Amino acid sequence: MKKLSQFALQAISLTSFLVLWQLVIVAGIIPNYLVPTPVQVVFALVKDFQLLLTHTGITLLESLIGLVIGVLIGFALAVLMDFFKTLDKLLSPLVTISQTIPIVTIAPLLVLWLGYGLLPKIVLVAISTFFPITVALNSAFKSIDPDMVDLMTTMGASRWQIFWHVKLAAAAPQFFSGLKMSVTYAVIGAVIAEWLGGDAGLGVYMTRVRKAFAYDRMFAAIVVVSALSLVLMKLVELVQKRALPWDTSQEAKESAQ
Amino acid sequence: MSTLDKQTTDITEGTAVEAPGEKDLGAAAACEPQQNAPALEACNLTLVWGNGQVVAQDISIELQPGTITCLVGRSGCGKTTLLHALAGLLQPQEGRVLLHGSDVTGHPGHIGYMLQKDLLIPSKRIIDNVALPLELKGVSRAEARARAQEMLERGGLERVAQSWPHELSGGMRQRVAFLRTALIGSDIMLLDEPFSALDALTRREMRAWLMSSVKEFGLSVLVITHDVDEAVAMASRIYVMAGSPAQGVVTKIVGVIEPQGCTDAAAVDSSKDAGQGNELASFDLSEEFLAAKREVLSLLG
Repeated sequence: MKKLSQFALQAISLTSFLVLWQLVIVAGIIPNYLVPTPVQVVFALVKDFQLLLTHTGITLLESLIGLVIGVLIGFALAVLMDFFKTLDKLLSPLVTISQTIPIVTIAPLLVLWLGYGLLPKIVLVAISTFFPITVALNSAFKSIDPDMVDLMTTMGASRWQIFWHVKLAAAAPQFFSGLKMSVTYAVIGAVIAEWLGGDAGLGVYMTRVRKAFAYDRMFAAIVVVSALSLVLMKLVELVQKRALPWDTSQEAKESAQ
Repeated sequence: MSTLDKQTTDITEGTAVEAPGEKDLGAAAACEPQQNAPALEACNLTLVWGNGQVVAQDISIELQPGTITCLVGRSGCGKTTLLHALAGLLQPQEGRVLLHGSDVTGHPGHIGYMLQKDLLIPSKRIIDNVALPLELKGVSRAEARARAQEMLERGGLERVAQSWPHELSGGMRQRVAFLRTALIGSDIMLLDEPFSALDALTRREMRAWLMSSVKEFGLSVLVITHDVDEAVAMASRIYVMAGSPAQGVVTKIVGVIEPQGCTDAAAVDSSKDAGQGNELASFDLSEEFLAAKREVLSLLG
């Protein structure tokens, strides 16, 4: 019941936004040559569907490959930092600094160094996605109850066993929170990298339609990018629910919303 | 150090009778190899924290096989630190810990240890939580589960084998934690305020359950508690840690009253609860009980 009313509210807010947008332009408050109406955007989506699909495929591929690499690096870093405290102290500042550099500024450099192909995009996505994973896991590993570690020690557990049986599972909910963030970063990262130099992908499509002043298609691409992020996030949520049936924090969060 | 012997047979109007032979049990002589070695023995332990603060000095205690021993003391007097030392988690500055006569000082993994928090792993089902100590030892998963299942059945908890920890009540979780500790394979168990997070009724029930489980599994158990009633009700020997911190000399009362009414595993069976509760209640009000309680309280100061 609660879920249904929540869904209804979301539908109402989204619909009224679209209707308002349409009205503002039809009424001439904002000229149509600057902003397309939602209806025009839908038409553009339908007309360019095949083309958008191809570009979306490329962007998705770059995002996913980059994401997998980023998650692996992020995971490995967090584990290493947990096992070796010195490494933690050495890497922490570097990891933080790496996140203060705006992606838009390194993307052109990556294109210069690595060319117009897939590689610079994947590298950029990996760079922007590893951080949320590392941070989430790092803090989760650190927040393990020391009594739990003591208890495992009295059972004769090795460091590795404590990590495997206690820390890993305890960090799983935070890992998924980090992953949700990384997934959106991945799509954004891929699009930005394409935008700054490439020959395929949604970013490239956007630069082309922009040059043609085809704003309706521009918005169509934005809708696709946004939908892509949403779908991936939802996918992560589904996997999380499947993988962590014992995790009560998710239900608590949902009912609190 | 005063040794007070209060064997039920000797007891007259609650007066303590000194047993001459046991007078200096705490001294080093007690730690020499002997015929009937206690299950667990701590000899002249001096415990120091990392910051150099002396927590307890010259502590000697022993656990007789197959009995419950209680350690009573105010908060912050070093009870938990002592337990850490016994469990091997803390290297004492001086003294030794002997497990069935062999030195295990500073070596964890030989003695079961259970805390106030149940510390069940939320991502493992009950059966896998109980099986954990075996799995850590390299027992195959199938065999570990089979033995955990058997353990759950002996403890009357087979119904919840497939549940997640968060689905259980506090008392149930502590029982599961106890069974897990029992599977460590040691006949010695150290319990640090195992029931203090539970409500009063559950605590009573758990007390009875613990006493029957100790019999069932043939354990020797040391229980930390700040509840004197609990100590007198359960223990066949009580150690009192008084003076905070350093001069934590342990005084012991031997053979309080052989607890009654808890000889079967009825605590789990709710139909028998009422009768057992009554028996326990009358025991709580008996002369012997009150005398022992008075004595412990006076030792606590």
